[in-house]
Amino acid sequence: MTITHHPDSSTLMSFAAGALEEALSAVVAAHAVMCEDCRKELRLMDGLGGAVMSGIANAKLADEAPVAVSAAEGVHRLRAPELSPNKNAGAAAETISRVLRGDLSRVRWRRLGIGVWHMPLTLSDRGRGDLRLIKVAPGLAMPDHGHGGAELTFILDGSYTDKIGTFAHGDIADLDEDVEHMPVADRKTGCMCLIASERPVRFKGLVARIVQPFIGI
Amino acid sequence: MADLIQQVAVHRSVDAYRELYVTYAPRIKSYMMRQGADPATAEELAQETLLMVWRKAALYSGEKGSPTTWIFTIARNLRIDRLRREVAWQELPEGHNEIASSDALPDEVASDAERSGRVTAALAKLPPDQYEVVSLSFLDGLSHSEIAARLNLPLGTVKSRMRLAYQKVRETVEELK
Repeated sequence: MTITHHPDSSTLMSFAAGALEEALSAVVAAHAVMCEDCRKELRLMDGLGGAVMSGIANAKLADEAPVAVSAAEGVHRLRAPELSPNKNAGAAAETISRVLRGDLSRVRWRRLGIGVWHMPLTLSDRGRGDLRLIKVAPGLAMPDHGHGGAELTFILDGSYTDKIGTFAHGDIADLDEDVEHMPVADRKTGCMCLIASERPVRFKGLVARIVQPFIGI
Repeated sequence: MADLIQQVAVHRSVDAYRELYVTYAPRIKSYMMRQGADPATAEELAQETLLMVWRKAALYSGEKGSPTTWIFTIARNLRIDRLRREVAWQELPEGHNEIASSDALPDEVASDAERSGRVTAALAKLPPDQYEVVSLSFLDGLSHSEIAARLNLPLGTVKSRMRLAYQKVRETVEELK
């Protein structure tokens, strides 16, 4: 399989820095599962992060030898430092992971309008951005629209075409807020994607303006 | 440093661990404070990061990059989790960070130390405006929009500086091949 469209390198940098909004990070992570090229870039960017961190001034430690260690018992003063479990985000990751494997059993589509369905995915409580699965019927054109901030679209199935090109399985469309486009879902397969927006997208308003299935592209 | 992690992994060496601690904890504390943690919380997070190094040392291999790179990714994920209270999606949907990190080609692994040196040198040579956006992103954890607001710059300028900075680092590393 060939992946044609990748995230912008500035987006990957923000992801590697741990600065990218949670919703957008989820989409980059999904793409990285499939894209060896981007995994390589990210590895180099992690290295860049290590180098940047090495360059910062040392903070004075309050306790120079704070962690009680013994060869027999290991390190035991602190509790086990696992990352906090988060049910909601865990469920979102699980759903995305299943969809990547072609299993749609967890997906509960809700109709948004004629020929458009979605399933919002819940982020962690403080997670920034908006994340949802979207399915568009074959041949349907979304009206010309801009975006209220950065937006990442990862194609899970089918494809869509706009003025930038055709986006198929594994591709990512990395759109700035100033990009306006009119995506048209593939006439045979339609298009299923994972979309993250920096700010909540006005999908409802968008769908209300959907034009008739676009014939003849 | 890789040797120290090795000693922790294989022999559970307390001395090696202390040396790692003294080297990395003060930097990680700084790193956490840059994101807005108070000194006590930052120190706790530095301790937690090093504790993860203790516990996961056996999972470390040169394929994950230099020890500094590996420790940076642990600290970064902990910071996302504890300070941002977001999910560290770096782990990938399956949570198979270890698998995802093992794509290194043998020649890349072999030249790892040299690559680290190149990255550091390339960073030092960046124009100040490019280094600034890299630093605000990696150290202060600001998103591109937040950097644009902080520096009073158009978003597009922030992104292009970031791209240029990465391009230079990448070119420097590619010269090795």
